[in-house]
Amino acid sequence: MRTIRTRGRKVTIHETWPYHLLVLPGLAVIVIFTIVPFLGNVIAFQDFKPILGIFKSKWIGFENFTYMFKLKDTWRIFRNSLIIASSKLILTLLASIFFSLLLHETFSIKMKKTVQTICFLPHFLSWVILATIFRNIFGDGGLLNTMLMNMGIVSQDINFLGSNAWFRQLLISTDVWKEFGYGAIIFLAALAGINQEIYEAADIDGAGRLAKIRHITLPSIVITIVLVATLNLANILNAGFDQVYNLYSPIVYESGDIIDTYVYRMSFVNAQYSLATAVGLLKSAISFIMISISYFLAYRFAGYRLF
Amino acid sequence: MKRYHSLENTIFETIVMILLILTGLFSLLPLLHIISLSFSSKTAALAGWVYIWPVDWTTSAYTTLLEDNRFSQAILVSFERVLLGGGINFILTICTAYPLSLEREQFPGRQVYIWIFVFAMLFGGSLVPWYFVIKSAGLIDTIWALVIPSGLPVYNMILLLNFFRNEPQSIKEAAIIDGVNQFQLMTRIFVPLAVPAIATVTVFSVVWHWNNFFDGMLLISTPAKIPLQTYIQTLTNANFTITSSSMTQEELEALTSLKTFNAAKIVVAAIPVAVFYPFMQRFFVSGITLGSVKG
Repeated sequence: MRTIRTRGRKVTIHETWPYHLLVLPGLAVIVIFTIVPFLGNVIAFQDFKPILGIFKSKWIGFENFTYMFKLKDTWRIFRNSLIIASSKLILTLLASIFFSLLLHETFSIKMKKTVQTICFLPHFLSWVILATIFRNIFGDGGLLNTMLMNMGIVSQDINFLGSNAWFRQLLISTDVWKEFGYGAIIFLAALAGINQEIYEAADIDGAGRLAKIRHITLPSIVITIVLVATLNLANILNAGFDQVYNLYSPIVYESGDIIDTYVYRMSFVNAQYSLATAVGLLKSAISFIMISISYFLAYRFAGYRLF
Repeated sequence: MKRYHSLENTIFETIVMILLILTGLFSLLPLLHIISLSFSSKTAALAGWVYIWPVDWTTSAYTTLLEDNRFSQAILVSFERVLLGGGINFILTICTAYPLSLEREQFPGRQVYIWIFVFAMLFGGSLVPWYFVIKSAGLIDTIWALVIPSGLPVYNMILLLNFFRNEPQSIKEAAIIDGVNQFQLMTRIFVPLAVPAIATVTVFSVVWHWNNFFDGMLLISTPAKIPLQTYIQTLTNANFTITSSSMTQEELEALTSLKTFNAAKIVVAAIPVAVFYPFMQRFFVSGITLGSVKG
């Protein structure tokens, strides 16, 4: 029904050249600025010197990788990335589900619209902006410290952003704060699709509001929840460069340095190009496995296809 | 859901209402704090008297900001970037998504192209080679470095592609019978029907260009060409490295005067996004959900 069949006739290049032409500019941009830099990963196996370039730099096999595994930093950044990213994904998912249920349960359209607009907003603000805001709240002499001192809970400023005991929790909670509203969109769409007759039938059976949430609403969106959770697997090492880069300092590398910030520093501060690329390549390899698994599971259990 | 009045329902709805208000406040309070800081006097800000309402109302931070040439220059660069980058994204996203949304019978080779794009989206380039490619393309320190390498956001393209595939085929067939050619089919039928998806991806790309600080930090060196977010980032990060304990009285005073001033900068930088996005919000739910369903 949806296809205009060409009835077995082969389409020729005379008919399709406009399509190739349309794709060409976008393809050129992607090939030059993404695919070529992807192939540039080979410098992980070199002792890359910008002055020599990729063709003249010395090939050193897996030396960068053996060196990388000996570094304590490597284990630290992978552990931090994994902890931070997975906590963010799980907590944002739960908060988004809860938030979408709240919006679904209210009858006041005005209320729904207002709260929705407010809670979506942080998603669209950059971490440069938000980092300044959170520094004013959690930093030295910040809002939280003032409040704690006024209430007599602490006697001296705690620099929450400069303490390994607090930094990671702050990264996680501020990210949940930023993303939970936006993350609710997909659940709101799923909730809007629930057949109203089921609720009416439940009313006749005398079901209360909580019973309806438990037996109708949640089961109706469980596939969406599983789908989002599965697709999240692909981001298990993406701990959020923009956020960490704008909030961290050397004092909290122990708890908050992640793969992406490390790769950036190694590349552009320490000029250890090949080592940085090797670390990045290891991340890509692990991500590749996670992406494959997540897409396979999403396709298998929810019939999801990317395109 | 039909609404029934009973004690249980009233209690339930009150609780939901309270929780919603609390959630809204939770999202809003940090933003209110920074806005209040920007309108408070320097002394009140430093003494920690400011919570979520301005203390000693003053607009002096904003008047100082108006005289800051580098700040206004950075805003202009950002606007230029958003127009150029958003425009390039808009054209490339539509032009790429349309042919790729066709059936394989109509456009053999579709599959190959899509896999190249998806591969690029999932893996991305490596940071160091990415930088050197842009450098050898001669784009470094020009506005083009900020808009050409990011010219096609693949995720947006796939969202639009899926939206195109979900458009009713009967309209398309009717148009072909009416003698519309392929190009008109795209511009007169497909694109107008895809307004929610196009609006959504345009918001994504405009907001991305406005918010991105990383490209400006790495690829631009001339101060006059630095976009707003990069400008703010380098500035606040520089302040951050000083801790209050190690500061002299003079430095402390300098930082004091900066607190409200920086808050004003943050507010101005956030305004375009905060004003722009609620207008586009109505397109999101349909734009995103229809675009993420397979065709």
